[in-house]
Amino acid sequence: MDLTVGPNLFFWEAATVRAFYEGLTTAPVARVVLGEVVCSKRLPFWQNEIAQAADTLLSAGKAVAITSLALVTLKRERKATAALAEIGLPIEVNDLTALQSLPKGQPFWVGPLINVYNEGTLRWLAARGAVRVCLPPELPLDSIAVLARLGRDLGVSVEVWGHGRLPLAISGRCYHARLHDHAKDSCQFVCGLDPDGRDVETLDGQKFLAVNGVQTLSQSTASMAFQIEALREAGVTSLRMSPQSADFAQICVAYAARIAGTLTAADLAASLIAKVPGGRLSDGFVRGPSGAHWSGTATIGNHHGL
Amino acid sequence: MELVCPAGTPAALRAAVEAGAQTVYCGFADETNARNFPGLNFDRDEMAAGVAFAHGRGAKVLVAINTFPHAGAEPLWHRAIADAETAGADAVILADIGLLAHAAEHHPGLRRHLSVQAAAANPDVINFYAEAFGVKRVVLPRVLTVDEIAAINREIDVETEVFVFGGLCVMAEGRCSLSSYATGQSPNMNGVCSPASHVAYAEESGGLTARLGGFTIHRTAKGQPAPYPTLCKGCFTSGDQTGHVFEDPVSLDATQLIPALARAGVTALKIEGRQRSRAYVAEVARSFRAAIEAQAAGRPMPKAALAKLSEGQAATTGAYAKTWR
Repeated sequence: MDLTVGPNLFFWEAATVRAFYEGLTTAPVARVVLGEVVCSKRLPFWQNEIAQAADTLLSAGKAVAITSLALVTLKRERKATAALAEIGLPIEVNDLTALQSLPKGQPFWVGPLINVYNEGTLRWLAARGAVRVCLPPELPLDSIAVLARLGRDLGVSVEVWGHGRLPLAISGRCYHARLHDHAKDSCQFVCGLDPDGRDVETLDGQKFLAVNGVQTLSQSTASMAFQIEALREAGVTSLRMSPQSADFAQICVAYAARIAGTLTAADLAASLIAKVPGGRLSDGFVRGPSGAHWSGTATIGNHHGL
Repeated sequence: MELVCPAGTPAALRAAVEAGAQTVYCGFADETNARNFPGLNFDRDEMAAGVAFAHGRGAKVLVAINTFPHAGAEPLWHRAIADAETAGADAVILADIGLLAHAAEHHPGLRRHLSVQAAAANPDVINFYAEAFGVKRVVLPRVLTVDEIAAINREIDVETEVFVFGGLCVMAEGRCSLSSYATGQSPNMNGVCSPASHVAYAEESGGLTARLGGFTIHRTAKGQPAPYPTLCKGCFTSGDQTGHVFEDPVSLDATQLIPALARAGVTALKIEGRQRSRAYVAEVARSFRAAIEAQAAGRPMPKAALAKLSEGQAATTGAYAKTWR
């Protein structure tokens, strides 16, 4: 089992992006997905970093792919999606729009925002050229096991959401702009103020969600710390590490140690609580009554806020 | 334009057809459809009888099989498609690409519509579904403006159907796991959103508190009407702001936009609400049939005739007007 770094979901300064990917050259990750998945308006501010980061990471021996946007409605978004095929990197499809312009037979990756819930869908995507699929975070362990087994037969690597705030929804509407009383078209890029998303609490102060532009995330950071053995047993080949603003390379080191058996689940979880934004973890989609649930110890579980 | 009305029960199907619906959509009573609520939907005999009733009056029936089959349990969904065809359905409404591929291969004569749960939001992806799976109609997601819908219709050969009344998803449909994050039950996997089984109300000092899966969704003062705690319509706090972060508890009413939608090339107008009563469905069907006939005759649209039927007593035109974003 190895680690894949997913596309950064947040809007960071170009210099921050550069430093982030330079910091990954020595991290124990096998591959990195670059590009903008959440909002096309952000791209002009940092797209020059993508080619640079790709060169840096490829030189460091990492595999690199480029993501498509998750929600494509505007003409320029369609053009940008069609142009991905010309970049020369594998495409991680996060909206099926990208398949329409992808030459048949060209291998591609499938991201967690594509609805791969069952064998029929995985089979169809594999026949179309999918070689790597990160499953939707919502899937429970028994579904993961069925799909990982089939993936092995089809020659498709199956990955699951290993670490990061969960991408729960995407909208035509920008909630970040709405919170600042701006319209989406004059958003003033306020999502850039919150490098890990803007926290949303319930009226009773329960830590619940985080707004990231047009995207809604969980406030808890999903972590497979306690599920490594079950996922390995199920046939999962990679964990998806979703970027956060602080200590990310160290977090990747800790997961690699956990996979290698030199760090316990409890020790990994304890170190994560000190490092993730808001200090809360969850793994309930994989094995629990709801996505927000955390199967860690009682002490850690109290962070759940319920 | 064609009026497509919801039917959660055989009685609602008959009421919708008698009230003027040209088309009715419904589903089987299990996780294969996105309105999998207790006491709703059709068994196999009811479906066949419903189709016969509708066909006898010149109306069509569409069967929604629009959740995403569970890994290891695909036969339930495959059976639903076969049974819809046997019942004489005019089309099936599908979202999952594995299921679309299955239907195209094994039921080539059964017309395929793309569910809103596929959230196909631009001409390229609609053409992808048309070319790959022979989809003939697309139900558009509720994230598009009228201008965007017009632009889409200029670049595709398949029909479009849009929602004009009822519940309003503010997230791209079929790509939202907010409900399962709080409750473990999701539209994609279980055909439910913010399910009643996970709702709890409590009288507290501040008023009536509604919780979903233990998370507080809203609180209403004593004597105020309490809207159903749908997660994305809840009241939350972010920083120094407290309010409806995602959307107010409103519902969609695009009656006034019917002429613009007609000009945009839309084929069919869809009413949300398979969970609604027979009387509700009949009233909405009657009202929208009148609006469609007014549009065809060039008369003005009737004004807010349905306001009292809207969830939370307030209505919006949602994403169809760009200012909503």
